[in-house]
Amino acid sequence: MAEHHDTESHDSAHQHDHAHGKVDCEAALAEIYTYLDGELTEEKRVLIAGHLEGCNPCIEAFDFEAELRMVVSTRCHNDEVPESLRIRIAQKLTLMAQGEAPDGGDEGARAAGA
Amino acid sequence: MADQAAFADQAMEFMPQLYSAALRMTRNASDAEDLVQETYLKAYRGFGGFQEGTNLKAWLYRILTNTFINSYRSKKRRPDETELDEVEDLYLYRRLGGLEAVQVGRSAEDELMDWFTDAEVKDAVEHLPENFRLAVLLADVEGFSYKEIAEILDIPIGTVMSRLHRGRKALQKELYEYASQRGLTDRPSGPDGAGATEPVDRQPAHTGTTAHDD
Repeated sequence: MAEHHDTESHDSAHQHDHAHGKVDCEAALAEIYTYLDGELTEEKRVLIAGHLEGCNPCIEAFDFEAELRMVVSTRCHNDEVPESLRIRIAQKLTLMAQGEAPDGGDEGARAAGA
Repeated sequence: MADQAAFADQAMEFMPQLYSAALRMTRNASDAEDLVQETYLKAYRGFGGFQEGTNLKAWLYRILTNTFINSYRSKKRRPDETELDEVEDLYLYRRLGGLEAVQVGRSAEDELMDWFTDAEVKDAVEHLPENFRLAVLLADVEGFSYKEIAEILDIPIGTVMSRLHRGRKALQKELYEYASQRGLTDRPSGPDGAGATEPVDRQPAHTGTTAHDD
């Protein structure tokens, strides 16, 4: 990161200070994915959130990653299920419910291949 | 114990998600249909063993993923681990982040949406080597936790994290290629994406309906 001397709070965010310390940019960015994944301990999460409050460069990076993920998720979720597949599955389930075994009823993990 | 009669009521609503995931896994519509169908039949047979009140979605994805791994994964073994391009953290942000047109009044999210078409994002995901693709799909597309992914893939949480870490970077590298091809980037290797000082002649991908994207 280049020098950011714009605000007092941002400046102090760059230093490890006090006993159990604030986190600096490097430490915050190192946890960017675990943070966005919601997998940090509460204590760690609060520390990172605290850093973000005073650090615009880091907020931008975090926002970018969060938005990118939303884009990936959205764009990968819009495939239309073929109606024929819906119908086929519904029919097979109905048949199975009636006690018939449409494809051999093999409980095993093997694929029927066709 | 779950009642088989309740299966359809509870499980059918997950079909769109499962079908999308199956497409990303198999990269082939016909295999994806077979995979989803097989998943539903197996799930129906095994539904008696599903613990009511636990996560049905995760349970279905476990069946989907295992069926894929056992039956559909590419026959030719590929050395997944060595295939990934290693790039630095925040690869895409450092190259594209500075280009956000926030000053034009658009959100960064709109901008990002414009940068990549459906087809490009899907291709980028589908290009990931399989182990990494599954981890990224389950985490970033489906939103499962590390623990759930570890259970679905039957691997340790540490392995989930490392596959995610490497898979996400590779995905960003892949997306960056698309961005460069379209001229969204002015400087391919600036260490700091914010270095773009003048507007670049960018041509965002067409968005809106997906009619032309696939």
